[in-house]
Amino acid sequence: MKEFLLGKLSLKALPHEWSTIGATMTFLVGALVLVLLITRLKRWKWLWNEWLTSVDPKKIGIMYFIVATFMLLRGGLDAVMIWLQQALSSGASNGYLSAAHFQQIFTAHGNIMVFFVAMGFMFGLINYVVPLQIGARDLASPFLNTLGFWLYVAGAIMINLFFVLGGEYAATGWLAVAPLSGTQFSPGVGVDYLIWSLQISGIGTTLGGINFVMTILKMRAPGMTLRKMPMFTWASLCSMVMVVTVFPILTVTLFLLFFDRYLGMHFFTTDLGGNAMMYTNLIWMWGHPEVYILMLPAFGIYSEVVSTFSGKRIASYTSQVLGMIGVSTLALLVWLHHFFTMGAGANVNAFFGIMTTVIAIPTAVLVFNWIATMYKGRIRFKTPMLWFLGFISVFSFGGLAGLLLAVPPANFQLHNSLFLVAHFHTMVIGGVLFGIFAGITYWFPKVTGFKLNERIGRYAFWGWIIGFCMAFIPLYVLGFMGATRRLDHYDSSTGWQPLFILALIGGIIISVAVVLQIIQIIASVIQKRQLADTTGDPWYGRTLEWATPSPPPFYNFATIPTVTARDAYWEIKRHGGLPKPKYEDIHMPKNTAYGIYVSAFAFLAGFAFVWHINWLAIVGIIGAIVCVIIRTFDEHVEYTITADEVEKIESKMRKKNLAADGQGEEMGLWDFVKIVITFIADIFRKKLWRRI
Amino acid sequence: MLKRTKMTTYDKAALVVLFVVGLGLLLVVLTDGYNIALFNPKGPIASEQRNLMTFAIGLMLVVIIPSVLLTFFMAWKYRASNKKATYNPNVRHGTVFNLSLWLIPIVFMLIMAVVIWNTTHKLEPNKPIAANSKSLTVQVVAMRWKWLFIYPEQNIATVNFLQIPVGTPVSFKLTADDAPMSSFWVPNLGGQLYAMTGHINHLNLMANTSGDYPGMSAELNGDGFSGMKFTARASSPAVFDDWVRTVKASSSVLDAAEYKKLVRPSKNTPVMLYSSHVQGLYNAVVLKYMHMHPGSYKLAESPHQ
Repeated sequence: MKEFLLGKLSLKALPHEWSTIGATMTFLVGALVLVLLITRLKRWKWLWNEWLTSVDPKKIGIMYFIVATFMLLRGGLDAVMIWLQQALSSGASNGYLSAAHFQQIFTAHGNIMVFFVAMGFMFGLINYVVPLQIGARDLASPFLNTLGFWLYVAGAIMINLFFVLGGEYAATGWLAVAPLSGTQFSPGVGVDYLIWSLQISGIGTTLGGINFVMTILKMRAPGMTLRKMPMFTWASLCSMVMVVTVFPILTVTLFLLFFDRYLGMHFFTTDLGGNAMMYTNLIWMWGHPEVYILMLPAFGIYSEVVSTFSGKRIASYTSQVLGMIGVSTLALLVWLHHFFTMGAGANVNAFFGIMTTVIAIPTAVLVFNWIATMYKGRIRFKTPMLWFLGFISVFSFGGLAGLLLAVPPANFQLHNSLFLVAHFHTMVIGGVLFGIFAGITYWFPKVTGFKLNERIGRYAFWGWIIGFCMAFIPLYVLGFMGATRRLDHYDSSTGWQPLFILALIGGIIISVAVVLQIIQIIASVIQKRQLADTTGDPWYGRTLEWATPSPPPFYNFATIPTVTARDAYWEIKRHGGLPKPKYEDIHMPKNTAYGIYVSAFAFLAGFAFVWHINWLAIVGIIGAIVCVIIRTFDEHVEYTITADEVEKIESKMRKKNLAADGQGEEMGLWDFVKIVITFIADIFRKKLWRRI
Repeated sequence: MLKRTKMTTYDKAALVVLFVVGLGLLLVVLTDGYNIALFNPKGPIASEQRNLMTFAIGLMLVVIIPSVLLTFFMAWKYRASNKKATYNPNVRHGTVFNLSLWLIPIVFMLIMAVVIWNTTHKLEPNKPIAANSKSLTVQVVAMRWKWLFIYPEQNIATVNFLQIPVGTPVSFKLTADDAPMSSFWVPNLGGQLYAMTGHINHLNLMANTSGDYPGMSAELNGDGFSGMKFTARASSPAVFDDWVRTVKASSSVLDAAEYKKLVRPSKNTPVMLYSSHVQGLYNAVVLKYMHMHPGSYKLAESPHQ
């Protein structure tokens, strides 16, 4: 009976190690503080109605940012723990982590950074920006969007749940390669947490992908043909088409692995005809395109940034679009380069090696095109532009390392080494993350109505660049020295320790840079009047999102603009600005909580599968399906705002904009420190705690 | 009070160059005297792989360095504060520009494609190495978490220690028993290949200098992964023959019972030397995973027992 009710769950699953107890306490205290705060401020209703159930892509985008930021800090903590262990664990010292614990940390680090940080930020940016760029008021399916977001949240909770129940995460590496991830070698619940956290968030990603393909293809403003679409929208389209193409592969692969583990099947086991090599193929058929799914929106961001801050249209629109389409198509044909060393033979290896180098062609076209865009431009070096220059410097050499890895005989020497680790971190940090930072800085005034502090932003940028070089250049050298990845311990005779320590110092510098970024945001909030964006167009932008006020009203555009040329808003500005608005009735989708309900049931089902609680799994699955069905029968999903109301909102917004000043000097780091000191002094002097 | 001095672009560029050069020098100093295995080849395969890497790096730098420099030149020349630079938001980038945009990378990638095709076939790991001397076969079994080396011609076996004669091509036959995928890698001798259950991968390597070289599993395979190391000792053929005789004098024998003990998971396993092994052991290990029904094979029932 107990087994029927609770499956494998027992009291032993509760935290009993320093790490799991610590994490659980942090979660509990954090949740308690949050609950108390919201109750105290009487904000529950507001939170539920205005945010959690919202289908506004702008609000969903902001919620993606918030979750992704927390996950970035969580994954960053993992990174610091990895660096620290490797710096300590040489010769007689075994560091401060056991092998199993260390392996769980790098596995979680990989999963979190790819699925919940990079994907989260990209989906956040796409949600916020794409509808504005194409002149749409909403997405093709607002419900799918909120559902996709909440499935992502469910996955994010699931990946952290092992701290509270179970105490172990997968120790298999982020892709859970078989047969290591089978029950034979990983009997615990760690791999199950991995499977279900990726499965649930992955399904959310697929739904998001479908939604954005539909939105971009069907919801563009009149006149915006495909060949007049902004670069970021094009990049998002390429990326989302890839999502729709390859995420089903991930879903199927994880299901097969789940069948192996849950039902004792033999798809990927060592015995009874299982074939683990098939798993490696399948997971990389998704895994390689996944890298480009993250990379392409970043390419789009760089295109917007370079074009805007050079005050020029992109040098060759056609080449840029073909380049992005080329990258996304070729990315589907290179997966085998992740395992040349499996021994597929010379013809197969050579084919995939050549396909991989072929991707460098469209990528090089993009880079040359950005260079040509700067030619005869008038370049303003705001921080997004700095991130772009940092990206070019870092990404080019990371690309070189990638091409080296694409040559099969060289790959035999470099595969699974720290050289490989350094390579993909160069691409993901230097390419994707810098792109995200550029994008956040670029669109921040649109989202919040005020710009980010440039001075502190520059310090953070330099911190990232210096820290990045110190953290990852030693790893390239370590790879040349024959250091494999994922080592929790190595001999002192290898001479690797000084390099690992150097990498740790680099990691600490990156952490400082992250703190600076947090300070940057706080400092900007303090000075939001001085930094206010009163025009809605702080960078003299080129695309339609800058035609709206900052932040835009919930319906985006009171009047849908008509597009006549590429860089639509730039053209509108050149020809006398926006026409006088003609207000009309606007139909907007109603908020819905069904995204939350479905995701909650999906979460329950995943949790039940982790712990083998069959009845709960059935409840979860049926619950999710029933919720979807109920939602489909709801025909009152829209409401109307009359033209009069729109006019009122618009005029109110204009007055509010005039009230902000947008003048004055930005504070530096020292000013910020002084403000913090004064604030702390105030707390004590005025005994502020009495007011709470 | 501190007076804020503004750094010029030149100052910043100089600082960046200084930082990169300093980091490079620091790395040279820190690695001085240690084995930079990939650039310290001790056999023909590793040395060809090193040459290939050097060539590919050189070829790519020809494109990448000018691109990066051009990026910074453009960014600097057309900075908004430079009043001398012309600003023309309507520059026409014509056909020539578009063609060269594509043609330059295409040419370089064609060269790379030819290089890849040729070298991949030339350095395919299952291709035997041409040499005057007779080759040596070593059967390799990856276990949790140690390497078993079986010398069928010498009828000896070792754990976590590999000795090979210099100048003799060695044909490694890689498989695994009761272990997840592992990867056999001796970086000083050449690239790695996976060792998997029920599967034989052929890796041909050769040493041309005597010495002890580190070997390991390059693929994560569980708890004892980082301790799954061995020494690959290359010595003259005479010393190798002496060594074989020493091993033959060892009292341990790799019989069925010992094998069963050996295959159990163990971490940081010490070197073991066996004077003989069960005949057909390697084939039995491979076939074990090819049978559709586990249990139909039993080591004790093997015909050579």
